[in-house]
Amino acid sequence: MIREKTVSEKPVIAELSDVWVGYDGKWVLKSIFLDCRAGEILGIVGPNGAGKSTLLKVILGLIRPDRGSVTLFGKKPGKAARLEAGYLPQISHAERSFPVTALDVVLMGVYNRTGLFRKPGRKEKETAMEMLARVNMTQHAGHPFGSLSGGQQQRIHIARALASKPKLLLLDEPSTGVDSVAQEDFYILLAKLRDEEGLSVIMVSHDIGVITSHADRVACLNTEVHYHGEPDLCLSPEVMEKVFGKDLKIMVHDPRCATCNKRHNND
Amino acid sequence: MIEMLNFEFMQNAFLAGIVLGVVLAVVSFFVVLRRYSFIGVGVAHSAFGGVALGSLMGISPTLTALGFAVVVANAIGYIGRQERLSTDTAIGIFFALAMALGVIFIGLSDKYNTDLFGYLFGNILAITRTDLVIVSVVGAVVLFSCYIFFKELLFTAFDSEVAFVSGMPVVFLDHFFLTILAVSIVISIKIVGIVLVSALLVIPGAAASQVTVRYVPMIAVSIAVALISTTGGLIISYYADLASGATIVTFASLIFFIMVGAGRLRKR
Repeated sequence: MIREKTVSEKPVIAELSDVWVGYDGKWVLKSIFLDCRAGEILGIVGPNGAGKSTLLKVILGLIRPDRGSVTLFGKKPGKAARLEAGYLPQISHAERSFPVTALDVVLMGVYNRTGLFRKPGRKEKETAMEMLARVNMTQHAGHPFGSLSGGQQQRIHIARALASKPKLLLLDEPSTGVDSVAQEDFYILLAKLRDEEGLSVIMVSHDIGVITSHADRVACLNTEVHYHGEPDLCLSPEVMEKVFGKDLKIMVHDPRCATCNKRHNND
Repeated sequence: MIEMLNFEFMQNAFLAGIVLGVVLAVVSFFVVLRRYSFIGVGVAHSAFGGVALGSLMGISPTLTALGFAVVVANAIGYIGRQERLSTDTAIGIFFALAMALGVIFIGLSDKYNTDLFGYLFGNILAITRTDLVIVSVVGAVVLFSCYIFFKELLFTAFDSEVAFVSGMPVVFLDHFFLTILAVSIVISIKIVGIVLVSALLVIPGAAASQVTVRYVPMIAVSIAVALISTTGGLIISYYADLASGATIVTFASLIFFIMVGAGRLRKR
C-alpha cells in the first residue's frame, strides 16, 4: 500500500512556536518550532535528557513554557484541549498491586464523560469492552491489572486513552518494557487507528529505528529541534551527530538503513 | 459482653467504635492507595496543637483540633505540589510545629484540667451521647463524600498525572480528600487518641490489600477488619482492664499480620 504524502496539506492540530523551557537556569528546550498535523504519526527522537518528555508535557499544558506559544486544537493547552488528547506517560505512576481489573482501568478513560456523581453504566462498559477488543485484550478484561505483563499493561493504557475518544494520542517511550513482537503489534495498531479513524499520534522515543520505521514525519530533538520532516532524511550523518553526538553508530536495520540493503528490498 | 453494655459510656464507646470502624476503613482504603500513611500521622499529631489551644482558650478542644488538622492537611497538600519541596518535608515540619505550639499553649495555660493524656491515647470514658451524635453525623458526611466522588478519587489514586490530562480536577480532589482525612482523624481522637489514630488509617486498608485484588472486596474486607478491631479491641480492653485505644491498635495490628500470612498462603 502506498500512503499518499499529503500530510503537509492537512490541518495543524498541535503547534509549538519558539518554545523555551528551562529548569534551574538551564534550558531543556530551546526555540522549539514544531507542528503535528491531523492523521499523522509524528515521531520525536533524541537521546536521554533531550527534553522529549518535557516537550510532550508542554503540548499537554502540564508544563508552561518560559517563552513561546503552544496551541492544541487551535486553543491554548488548557482543560478543553486536553479532553481531546489521550496521554500515555513514560512511567505510569500506577502501582502493580492497585486493586483494579483491566476493564476497570479502561473504564477510567470514560470517567470524564460520565460526569460527576454518576457511576459508569452499561453504555460506558460497552465502550470500554470495544476498546479492549481493539487492543486484543478482551480475554483479559476481568484479570487484575497487576497480573498482566508489561506489554499487556501498555495495551490497557492505550485502550484507556482511546476510550476517551481522543483526536490526538501522545505516547512517551511506548516501547519501554515491551518485547519486540508486542512492539510490532502495537505499531500496526497505531497505523490502523491512524488510517481508519484519522487519529493523530505524537510519540517520543530514544530508539531511532522505532521512530524512523513507524512515523510519518520525524523530529530530531536534543534541546533544540535539529530536523523536522520526512523520516528518510533524518538518518543523515549531520543530523545524527547533532542529536546523538559524534560516536553514534546506527545499530538498527530498517527500510532506510543506508549500510544494509539485504533485507528490505521488497518493501 | 452484655454486662459491659450496661454502662452508658460503654454503649457510647461501642456505637462510636462501630461508626468509626466503617469511616476509617473507607478512608484507609484511599490512604493506602494514595500512600498517605505518613500524612495521616502528621495530621493526627497536628491536632495536638489544636487541643492545647482549645483548652487554653476555654473553648471546645475538638473544634480547635479540627481547625488545626484541616489547615495542616491542606498545607501539606499545597507544599507537596511545590517544585522545590516534597510532601514528607512538609509533614516533617508541620508535625513538629503543631506539637511545639501545643506544648507552648499548655505552658501558657495555668490550668491543668484538660485530660491531655486522654487526647493523646484515647479515653472512652470521655465519650458522651453528644459525641456519639457528632461522630455519627460527621461520619455519615465523610462516607457520603467518598461515595459521590468515588470514581474520581479512584482514578487520581491510580495515576494522578493521567487523571489530570483526562480532565479530572486533581488539585481539588487532593485537597478534598485531605480534608476528609483530617475530619476523620478528629472524630476518632476520643476513642483511639492522637498518637494511635494513624494506625487505624492504615491497617484496615493494608490488611485488606493482602487478600483482595479488586476494590469492592478490598473495601469490604477493610470495613470488616476495622469493625473487628474497634469492637474486639473495646471488649478486650473492658475485660482485661487495658487502655482502649492501645488495645484496639494492638488487636488491629495482630489482624494485619494474620492477613499478611493469609495473603502469602493464598499466593502459593
